[in-house]
Amino acid sequence: MSEYAMLIDYEYCTGCKACEVACKQEYNRPAGKAGGVEVIEFIHTLPNDKLFITNIPTFTRACVFCAGRVKQGLEPACVKHCMANCLAYGKIESLQKIIPKKRKAILWTKG
Amino acid sequence: MKDNGVKIIKTTTWSPGPGCHGGCGILVHVKDNKVIKVEGDPDHPWNQGRLCSRCLSMTQYMYHKDRLKKPLKRVGERGQGKFEEISWDEAFDLIEEKMKKIRDDHGPESVIFHQGTGRDIGGWISMLAYAYGSPNWMFGLSGISCYTPRLMMMSITQGDFAVVDASQWHEKRYDDPEYQIPETVTIWGQNLPATCPDGFFGHWYIDLMKRGTEVLVIDPRCTWIASRAKLWLQLRPGTDAALALGFIHVMIKEDLINMEFIKKWTNSPFLVRTDQDSPALLRESDLKENGSDINFVAHDPVSDSFVVWESDNQVYQKSDIKPSMEGEFNLTLANGSKAKTKTVWTLYKENAEQYTPEAVSKITWVAPDKIIKAARIYAKSKPSALHWGLPIDTIPSTVPTSQAINHLWCLTGNLDNPGGNAIARYAYDVVTYPYHTGGSILSLPPDVMEKRIGMHDYGAIKDFRAWAQPDKVLEQIFSGDPYEIKGMWIQTANPIACTGMEPKKWRDAIKKLDFTVCVDLFMTPTAMLCDVILPAATFLEKDSLKAWWVPLQAIKKVVEVGDCKSDIEINLELCKRFMKDFPYDNVHQLFDTLLESADMTYKDLCDKTWMIPPKGHPSKPYFRYEKGLLRQDKKPGFRTPSGKIELYSSWLEKWELDPLPYHEEPPYSPVSTPDLFKEYPLILSTGRRMGPFFHSEHRQIPWLREQQRDPVLEIHPDTAKKYGIAHGEKVCVENWLGKITVKALVTPVIHPDIVMAEHGWWFPEKEGKEPELFGVWDVNVNQLIPMSHEGKAGLGSPIKTMLCKVYKAKG
Ligand code: SF4
Ligand code: SF4
Ligand code: SF4
Repeated sequence: MSEYAMLIDYEYCTGCKACEVACKQEYNRPAGKAGGVEVIEFIHTLPNDKLFITNIPTFTRACVFCAGRVKQGLEPACVKHCMANCLAYGKIESLQKIIPKKRKAILWTKG
Repeated sequence: MKDNGVKIIKTTTWSPGPGCHGGCGILVHVKDNKVIKVEGDPDHPWNQGRLCSRCLSMTQYMYHKDRLKKPLKRVGERGQGKFEEISWDEAFDLIEEKMKKIRDDHGPESVIFHQGTGRDIGGWISMLAYAYGSPNWMFGLSGISCYTPRLMMMSITQGDFAVVDASQWHEKRYDDPEYQIPETVTIWGQNLPATCPDGFFGHWYIDLMKRGTEVLVIDPRCTWIASRAKLWLQLRPGTDAALALGFIHVMIKEDLINMEFIKKWTNSPFLVRTDQDSPALLRESDLKENGSDINFVAHDPVSDSFVVWESDNQVYQKSDIKPSMEGEFNLTLANGSKAKTKTVWTLYKENAEQYTPEAVSKITWVAPDKIIKAARIYAKSKPSALHWGLPIDTIPSTVPTSQAINHLWCLTGNLDNPGGNAIARYAYDVVTYPYHTGGSILSLPPDVMEKRIGMHDYGAIKDFRAWAQPDKVLEQIFSGDPYEIKGMWIQTANPIACTGMEPKKWRDAIKKLDFTVCVDLFMTPTAMLCDVILPAATFLEKDSLKAWWVPLQAIKKVVEVGDCKSDIEINLELCKRFMKDFPYDNVHQLFDTLLESADMTYKDLCDKTWMIPPKGHPSKPYFRYEKGLLRQDKKPGFRTPSGKIELYSSWLEKWELDPLPYHEEPPYSPVSTPDLFKEYPLILSTGRRMGPFFHSEHRQIPWLREQQRDPVLEIHPDTAKKYGIAHGEKVCVENWLGKITVKALVTPVIHPDIVMAEHGWWFPEKEGKEPELFGVWDVNVNQLIPMSHEGKAGLGSPIKTMLCKVYKAKG
């Protein structure tokens, strides 16, 4: 099963946390603890003094890659609701093909 | 659709619940009459399957243990927190009895009908006020500083509202062949992704950026989107008019304006008298006896004569003239006196001349070269769209500021063009939220409307919107002049925690009245002070509709929770009790009446869920001013007094305000109050947006509150160091009006001379009764902002531009 993965086009992640809540709703997870995904914000001061804000959704050990939903032909809850459409789930080979050109992205494999 | 006993229902959103002004399409999963999940509807063109945290938390919201489920009657002293549950019949009887007594003893105008950002409920609050007979329907934010100033300026400048065209008028969205991706979107004062403002979906800009749109950002803070902008201008709060005028200066000087458009569609050739104390548009009535005072005058260079523009017929009295755009002209008036005039365009250029990049830089703190570069980016991009935010309203100079920014799309012709600023009307002209004087269902006779508070103080309040002016209302509650205020109906509002500046005055005002009712879903600091509290239903527990702006869509009742009733049903029931022969019996009749302009019933709308107007409909773009789709008489042009875009505003002239845009210093600033600034050396801006919360709502929803436990103050690392403040430490924010204690968020995104606070905070988990009122006094930043500082038009207030000092809190 290790050939499935999550592609994160984090250039466009706004840090809105819809993914976090989508996961909590789907699995009725408690507040105050991490769910399947947690978004981390970085505010970088670049060498030219320009500020740059990057958000990275990180998938935790609690993430089950929405096996149940995927079996029914649905997208994972976080992928479906991502406000910036910057998450994609699928086979590594097909994800590699949709890695946006000239953009930084992360491939999160199931391991 | 059915699956394991789970029914999936397609509907759309508004308030109460998510709170925002979005209109996302959703699929509601219901099992055993309970909502178990809310997902985005992939077929809905607005959100295309996406959903933000607030809608995704609806189950926690609807079934929260603290939700009010039965009407409450106060049994202790006001603010003591002692209430008793009563039935709806008892509640309605009590309200009817008390409010009728006030009406009999003091007149209907002595009750204020107080709303917050009303969403689909605002219009029905006006219906209730008018059924009761009171003209005092009010939005309680000082200076009505939320969208109304911008709406008014758009309305008087080009006769209609305009918003960025992000393809929301097309079912196929970005792929519609008529649509064009904006080359640049200028985002002026808004942290987009965290908000869902003004009938807009913030993440559409992400969609556009992926398709090649560049962004230009104007903001005192480096937001996420500012960090990705082609250019980011970090301006001083409240100086937006100067910046826009700086853009206009550069655009005129470098010939980056659309002169063809300006000549044809604006009032730039009209003559203005310059020989009087204040300039005034020359009118036909000045030239001839019996001349009309709604007709204007231009100069014909060929015959060197003066030609009348007939506003009703949208023609000059002489055919084929090309009026002089510039120049000074002397003439003799009908009464024999001599007059000096200049064209609007000449005056306009003279006005813009002062705003050189250097002069503007001094006012705004933005470097001159950046102002020039930004003006070029805005004006050269094709199409170019401009999105503006609440900071344009929350300053006393909101009128000239909105006007100057609105002029940017008028001078470049980016109006009602694909990918520019499209004219926004209610889809199918269905008015769910009345703007102009009068209600959507009921109205009051003129002699009663004459008593509306504030209308005699401000022309703009009299002529533009039906609301009473809130600063004047608060003053009158204490003064009783010209008449006593005795009661208040509060719905969709939490003035103690959110909309009220100087909220302790609002507390005293509410407690001073004979009778107050609050409609809400949870106990709030405001509800705590009231006599009767009515439990409202969420949008999933009520029928409603939305047409702001597109699509026209149905909100459908899916389940019931407790004894909650929808806001609209509450208002309707009381309308029947207050007004003899009230013509409607149920909410569906009301909806059917609103839907007449769409030629359909509420049931038809429910079958479709949402609808987008077809091509050629007056509520669908593009270029409607050319096609005669904007004016009632179907002539090309705009819905303004002259039919032109009024760069020089005849309405502002009528209200004795400056007809051209200008910069006005905030009332408290390093420039206007240098002595105060020595004691309070930081600019205090408020209203930092928080993703999970809508204004004062959602602090009790676990999945939302976990995203942010406490209110913060953004402070720059250099400033924090100077005052010995560490990240996460408690700090006092203080000025001559009050003090709050919040957590320091030390961050480089804010300017070192500005601190940014959040609004709307209270703690549902803390003690509710007075004096604590859910901890609101510890954190409500409005305590540092004055009432009665509304701008010259009765609009705008210094919410973004106060002064303060910051120091480490003890203990
Ligand atoms: S894939 Fe499913 S389980 Fe994993 S974070 Fe997303 S929603 Fe949660
Ligand atoms: S929903 Fe998408 S854009 Fe929002 S935080 Fe999650 S990954 Fe980022
Ligand atoms: S923007 Fe968010 S809160 Fe508003 S309707 Fe859409 S999903 Fe709901």
